[in-house]
Amino acid sequence: MDLHVTGASLAAHIVVRRAAFTLDVALTAEPGEVVALLGPNGAGKTTALRALAGLLPLDDGQIVLNDRRIDDPAIRAFTMPEHRRIGVVFQDYLLFPHLSALENVAFGPRARGVPRAAARAAAADWLGRVGLAEHLRARPRQLSGGQAQRVALARALATDPQLLLLDEPLAALDARTRVETRAQLRGHLAGFGGATVLVTHDPLDAMMLADRLVIVEDGRVVQTGDAAAITTRPQTDYVARLVGLNLYRGRSAGNTVVLPGSFPLTTATSQEGDVFVAFPPAAVALYAQQPSGSPRNTWRATVASVSRHGDALRIELVGPLPVAADVTPAAAVQLELEPGREVWASLKATEATSYPAG
Amino acid sequence: MPALVGLAFLVLPLAGLLVRAPWSSLPARLAEPGILAALRLSLLTSTLATAVSLALGVPLAWLLARTAFPGRRLVRALVTVPLVLPPVVGGVALLLVFGRRGLLGGWLDATFGFTLPFTTVGVVVAEAFVAMPFLVISVEGALRGADARYEEAAATLGASRWTAFRRVTLPMIAPGVAAGAVLCWARALGEFGATITFAGNFPGRTQTMPLAVYLALEQDLDAAIVLSLLLLVVSVAVLAALRDKWIFT
Repeated sequence: MDLHVTGASLAAHIVVRRAAFTLDVALTAEPGEVVALLGPNGAGKTTALRALAGLLPLDDGQIVLNDRRIDDPAIRAFTMPEHRRIGVVFQDYLLFPHLSALENVAFGPRARGVPRAAARAAAADWLGRVGLAEHLRARPRQLSGGQAQRVALARALATDPQLLLLDEPLAALDARTRVETRAQLRGHLAGFGGATVLVTHDPLDAMMLADRLVIVEDGRVVQTGDAAAITTRPQTDYVARLVGLNLYRGRSAGNTVVLPGSFPLTTATSQEGDVFVAFPPAAVALYAQQPSGSPRNTWRATVASVSRHGDALRIELVGPLPVAADVTPAAAVQLELEPGREVWASLKATEATSYPAG
Repeated sequence: MPALVGLAFLVLPLAGLLVRAPWSSLPARLAEPGILAALRLSLLTSTLATAVSLALGVPLAWLLARTAFPGRRLVRALVTVPLVLPPVVGGVALLLVFGRRGLLGGWLDATFGFTLPFTTVGVVVAEAFVAMPFLVISVEGALRGADARYEEAAATLGASRWTAFRRVTLPMIAPGVAAGAVLCWARALGEFGATITFAGNFPGRTQTMPLAVYLALEQDLDAAIVLSLLLLVVSVAVLAALRDKWIFT
């Protein structure tokens, strides 16, 4: 695959081969756009980021940034990381421990030949923008996690990059700092004119920060789209679990989808052929007896596990259709739900949507 | 018990040196020009040998710690050879290479009219040969302990390899470099075998303190004790001055 994309800030086809693993993902990002690479640990997200930054050469494919071919093994083109205009915020920030916040942020401009006084002035300006004007002299170890994250962001942006890379920018923060820092980061990304690629395993971070999601599993892109498309129409089990949906693949004829094991499910939507069916765990109701006036989607199931899920209890059921159901604690007590318990499960057809697979 | 014996074994000889020291005539003996000349030469040459080791050894340590090249393990083994080699053998080897008819020495003599053996520069070369591995090993260990990803972060900020090393890596491994330099300096200060073999024993030119001690031992025991005491004091003073800062942290 060769890339002939014009207008895009970043157009990359990243191929990195390892003994037990091949990363092969295509990625584009427009100026001002934030693209999230979302996937489970070990999917190859960080490898992709390192390849973009030039810390890892491609084995195949190419990376084009603002019409410059910065990595293309086919023509032996490779631009060293220090000559790419790419800013990186590393997962654990990698602030230089022996330098103050100011010197950390001034490091990039200094390395690119800006005189010391001008570099410091620019660094102070950037630290002011991320709300750290009071901490110019602080060493990294004196900063809180959220402050260190902002210094790392200021340091990356101070080099005036064409592409900004963020590796799990919020993963090192505790829950409370995370919410606050995420909101601030969103603001700074909105003000950044270049393209941004964000790597995360947290769907909430991806959906709140990114305009577009690229979902990577086992080194391959399995789905791309905006948050709405991903959350309503997951294409793999991983994505379905991420967004909290039950997902099945089957063959549809009209409003009936036949799932593996010849299990028929009535859906709200009408489709023909190969489809996915998705519905939220809250759409599954549980009963001790077979419900009277029997809705169509009803089956016998056995409780496999019970766990807390927000205010509700998440019940994993086995049976003809393995499914997750959310019930209130009161209902769980009344139904005596515990592993091994046999119940009746029912699903309202209006809650189940089908959509073409692939 | 064995621990106490071990301690006594290490401390008793030093105590003996203090007990037998000719304290009354000490000031007069210290003022003798021969002793001062030997001390000055020792401090000068061991400091120069440390400087040479820093200039050559730090890049070598970086090469060993940060790059992968075929035969790296062999190179590391070769670097450590002078650690275990009897210094006299080192001196002989240096003579064979830098001697007037040696592999490089002949060419140096013919081209520049310059010979190393039996000169002060020769002393520095002999000391650096023996002491540099201490520095290389110490710095390499510090480099391996330092996170190489800081260098990557510096690269993404536009720093060349050299800038990243100078402004990021070197400050971070400074304690390891300092510890290595102190070990190297102490080893160079005590160097005897390679020096006497390669540079000879000419007072004022190549006669360092350890050589002076050896010579004095045959003529004047008290003089040997004074010289030894002086070396001991200098070594301990340096160790004590740097101890809290770097070595035992």
